[in-house]
Amino acid sequence: MHIAKTLRRYPALSAWLLLLPAVGWLLLFFIAPLFIVLAFSFMQGATYGGVKAVFTLSNYARVIDPLYLSTFLRSLYIAILTTAICLLLGFPLAYFIATRPQRLRYALLLALMVPFWTNFLIRTYAWLTILRTNTGLINGTLLALGVIQQPLPLFGNDFAIVLGLVYGWLPDMVLPIYAALERLDRSLLEAASDLYAPRSRVFLRVIWPLSLPGVVAGAMLVFIPSLGAFVIPAILGGGKSLMIGNVISNQFLTARDWPFGSALSILMMAVMLAATLIYFRSATHSQARTARSEVDL
Amino acid sequence: MSARSFPRSSTWARWSARLSSFSLSSYGFLSYLFLYLPILILVVFSFNDSRSVTQWAGFSTRWYGEMLADDQVILALWNSLFVAGVSTLISTVLGTLAAVAMERYRFAGRLAVDALLYLPIIIPDIAMAIMLLIFFNQSGLGFEPWRLELFGLRLAVPYSVIIGHVAFNISFVAVVVRARLAQMDPTLEEAASDLYANSWQTFWRVTLPLMMPGIVGGALLAFTLSLDDFVITFFTSGAGFNTLPVRVFGMIKKGVTPKINAVSTLMLAFSLLLVFVSLFARRGEKNPAGELGV
Repeated sequence: MHIAKTLRRYPALSAWLLLLPAVGWLLLFFIAPLFIVLAFSFMQGATYGGVKAVFTLSNYARVIDPLYLSTFLRSLYIAILTTAICLLLGFPLAYFIATRPQRLRYALLLALMVPFWTNFLIRTYAWLTILRTNTGLINGTLLALGVIQQPLPLFGNDFAIVLGLVYGWLPDMVLPIYAALERLDRSLLEAASDLYAPRSRVFLRVIWPLSLPGVVAGAMLVFIPSLGAFVIPAILGGGKSLMIGNVISNQFLTARDWPFGSALSILMMAVMLAATLIYFRSATHSQARTARSEVDL
Repeated sequence: MSARSFPRSSTWARWSARLSSFSLSSYGFLSYLFLYLPILILVVFSFNDSRSVTQWAGFSTRWYGEMLADDQVILALWNSLFVAGVSTLISTVLGTLAAVAMERYRFAGRLAVDALLYLPIIIPDIAMAIMLLIFFNQSGLGFEPWRLELFGLRLAVPYSVIIGHVAFNISFVAVVVRARLAQMDPTLEEAASDLYANSWQTFWRVTLPLMMPGIVGGALLAFTLSLDDFVITFFTSGAGFNTLPVRVFGMIKKGVTPKINAVSTLMLAFSLLLVFVSLFARRGEKNPAGELGV
């Protein structure tokens, strides 16, 4: 009874008691590891993994090495390209779903999310069997039919990686755009066409600005995991086409250069943090713009 | 106003509207084809009576037979279920408690905890995986296995794997349970205390039952994420420990065989089962599909 009374008098105490297990777990097994990686990125590597406790900036300096810099830039390029393609494919799909009758809409949403709930390793493997150089479904069939003499370059390159990433993250783009479109006030569209706005202008001046928060959220949800991709390039890149995630994992699995691997992951997280900050800034911006576009068509 | 915006009811405008509606529908159909065709091909060729994963040679279930005869695959399956079960149990309790604190209390440091809870969701799994690898390696906790016997099988599951899975699952459970708490009608709890229920009675008889769909939804999401995880398991397990995805990755690296298709089909069927269980658990909510993909 005494405890209960104390807790009622100090609600913050109850809140922290409830939070203690989760926050403790995350501090110990998430934040502490994060700081260890940060510390490692400033230390010298020892042979066979591990570190020597000597401060150095050489791990970050090595990133400028053309070999690694090019991988880093290529990963950025692949992530941006994936995001752009997902937007191009995802916006009309979200619009399609949002304009269906209610019952069909829920069925379509569910159908969109079912592949999303299935293992992405398996989804990537499915593409491997389709795209492989000589024995894949496409090349194997075309070669057997004599349509082509040389296999098409579908596998082991950026094309395969981008295709795998787009396939994996398309629902992540569609869902937030759908959510924005569904909230869109139909009377605004009617008002626009009553005022003789052509369809293109209705899109540019009403639909697009109002769906912008969803577009930006979707872009974030696609860009971040694409930049950090590891499994998709490992399988569809055929061991030749690599992304930054593969270089990082190699530092731990084969090269045994932990400090360099740590520096690379810190840089990767820094890029993502920057993207997240831009997201929050543009989210506030687009809210302001949305408010404006509601009054001035 | 330009001329082309006027003839709204002309034949031309009607046809253009019809055409664009038709192309939108075809586009929608093609998109779903793009999403489902690869999975369908994968499943179909798991029943192929040939080593080829692309050329059809008649129906057969021999790859399923080979899968069941593969002790490594069966062991990996049990490892997967055990890791998912234990980590779901822990993360559901921790995530639910955290969700209650975040939704029902205002306190100093709430924003910081909010950020802490979201970080594991947005950080890419490769970064989290190497963070945990270094941590377990350097802290001396190591990759010590938890040895036990389950249905006559000897399991040796590294604690590090379970700890890692809980670390990323807490946040997902918390998000789902918080969404449920935010939707709940606060007047029901007020009514309970107006009727002289004490705070324990209110919690057990009103709050908890109302929260239950959120808790079950969060637990199912955690279970699914845990079963699906490859990257974090791969890096936190030390050597020689396989869950089903880790095993599949190893098999893919060695070469493509229809046995992988069979294992994949089994995993697909299991995921589908989980989706339907979770839809059933959350029936009666306004938009059960809306939060499935949180």
